[in-house]
Amino acid sequence: MDLLEYQGKQLFARHGVPVPDGKPAATVDEALAAADEIGYPCVVKAQVLVGGRGKAGGIKVVKNSDEARDAATAIIGMDIKGHTVNEVWIEEASDIAEEYYASIVFDRAAKAPLFMVSKEGGMDIEEVAESNPSAIARLHVDPLLGFQAFHGRRLAYEAGLPADVIRPVGALLAKLYDAFVKEEAMLVEVNPLSVLADRSVKALDAKVTLDGNSLHRHPDNAAFRNPGAEDAQEQMAHERGLTYVKLDGDIGILGNGAGLVMSTLDVVAQFGGAPANFLDAGGGSKAEAITSAVEVILSDDKVKAVLFNIFGGITRCDEVAAGLIEAFKQINPTVPFVVRLDGTNDVAGRELLAQANLAGVHTASTMNEAAEKVVALAKGGAA
Amino acid sequence: MSVIVGTETKLCVSGITGREGTFHTLNNRNYGTNVVSGVTPGKGGQDVEGIPVFNTFHDAVAETGTNTAMIFVPPPFAADSILEAADAGIETIIAITEGIPAHDELRVFNHLKTVHPGTRLIGPNCPGVLSPGKANVGIIPASFFKEGNVGVVSRSGTLTYQIGNELAQRGFGNSSIVGIGGDPVPGSSFVDIIALFQEDPETELIVMSGEIGGSAEEEAAEFIAEHVTKPVVGYIAGVTAPPGKTMGHAGAIVSGSSGSAAAKIEALEGKGVRVGRTPTQVADIAVEILGG
Repeated sequence: MDLLEYQGKQLFARHGVPVPDGKPAATVDEALAAADEIGYPCVVKAQVLVGGRGKAGGIKVVKNSDEARDAATAIIGMDIKGHTVNEVWIEEASDIAEEYYASIVFDRAAKAPLFMVSKEGGMDIEEVAESNPSAIARLHVDPLLGFQAFHGRRLAYEAGLPADVIRPVGALLAKLYDAFVKEEAMLVEVNPLSVLADRSVKALDAKVTLDGNSLHRHPDNAAFRNPGAEDAQEQMAHERGLTYVKLDGDIGILGNGAGLVMSTLDVVAQFGGAPANFLDAGGGSKAEAITSAVEVILSDDKVKAVLFNIFGGITRCDEVAAGLIEAFKQINPTVPFVVRLDGTNDVAGRELLAQANLAGVHTASTMNEAAEKVVALAKGGAA
Repeated sequence: MSVIVGTETKLCVSGITGREGTFHTLNNRNYGTNVVSGVTPGKGGQDVEGIPVFNTFHDAVAETGTNTAMIFVPPPFAADSILEAADAGIETIIAITEGIPAHDELRVFNHLKTVHPGTRLIGPNCPGVLSPGKANVGIIPASFFKEGNVGVVSRSGTLTYQIGNELAQRGFGNSSIVGIGGDPVPGSSFVDIIALFQEDPETELIVMSGEIGGSAEEEAAEFIAEHVTKPVVGYIAGVTAPPGKTMGHAGAIVSGSSGSAAAKIEALEGKGVRVGRTPTQVADIAVEILGG
């Protein structure tokens, strides 16, 4: 789960990572009140889950109430790379002397947190990694040992930071690691990690990704969810406990099991189709879950045809067929369906469908045949 | 022969008294798996259809000589259960549970590596291991598979059934089918399982089914080039997956330039591993290599 900048900063602050003071605001009036309270100059920052806010005009320094009102009016509701700005973060202005970079990623290959620190802050770290890889100091922290003071010194010295900030940067990194572990993050990134004119250090930006599987232990973090940043179908699927990812095409996809659904998307694409979504109905899907999933798929009005690709293991094909029949009763879809049922209770499932004889429902006996048929139907042809 | 589970398996199920736990334990026993015990704290002394239940893995090991654990408890308790099984000296642990926090998996992996180097963890978030005709530990629908010479290792459950079914339709059976799971920190990697198949006399062809995210397939490519003499056929799901989106499995995400299906296919083909573009093509290649 990705956090907005201000949510990341609030999370950092719990662990003593120094961040500028600020307040979130969802309306111009709230923004103005926050700016007046924080004092001028201050910064109005668009809160969206996408980079490049500054270039898009989503970050403005304001010197008085009038400027604050203008900036908030311009930024709230703005579209940045397809993301609507629903909130701004009003923050005290910082007198920046130097900008560095620090991050911790959950390194799956090394099975350990990977720390990266660079003197080249404020820019895209992937560019730095490409153009000047030696400018990035890296080290893995043994997760059973945890972060040690020497880790901080090594990173800071290897990144070539000035002598006077080695100690405060090391202290900040220790607190950042504490936040990474205790909040169960997959990524924490501070870019820029700034040295201010008074030589104190602060995290001026925060990019945090939390592990969705750990939220049951972190009710505070679960509340950080940003439904506004989700697509309408994704939000609907989320509320129904379905695993759904919106895509750009016009063929609705439902399958059971993440790997099989991914494979189905690929096979549909190979036959010249464009999937509208990824939807994993999960193991052991019951009829109600299938009905509910069909509603989510069809709520995307780009969908011109739907493919069910089921290989039953725990999932029973007769349950899937019953769910589809129920969905037809409840919502009477107008787009054609192609259904491929294999695995547990497949014969019973196919019989149910044959008896129901639903208009516009075609069957297929293999995954390839099903993909070919649904692509033809989505293009307006016959199955 | 087979790998990981077989006739020597003496299974203990953690979470045996839960609804799903009971259902799959009995399924496994009906298949012929030697299920000797179960663990549910507080329910020691009870039994599930004649299978004795213990409060701890330590008791289960002492009383029933169990050598394999299956973990079926909910995610908040699963890491603890894996660690308990390892502490009790069980050297094969198969964790079915989906949704274990990634930091728990990180601790478990590193603890096992340092303190219990002889312990093999399969999963979590996996369908288990099936050695047709011998033992089934987990949730793989065994009726689709028969004994044979193809070893299958996969990050996904249902995709494994799809590929296994394509192979079965061409007449192939399996030495073992191993689901390593779709999480960010699997206990066993492709490399670990491919090494077992390389040593297994019954296995003549290895099929590996990967997906987007991480670098386990790339590591497998390197390993195959250096250590594997048996033919390997690959498949990678998620060619069309957009970057930055988790595709169902916690581990299936293309982040930045890393973890894409294209990179994985290129890595495997670069080392001479043939990669099917569809599950059907995987079976076609198997026919070419082993004969129909």
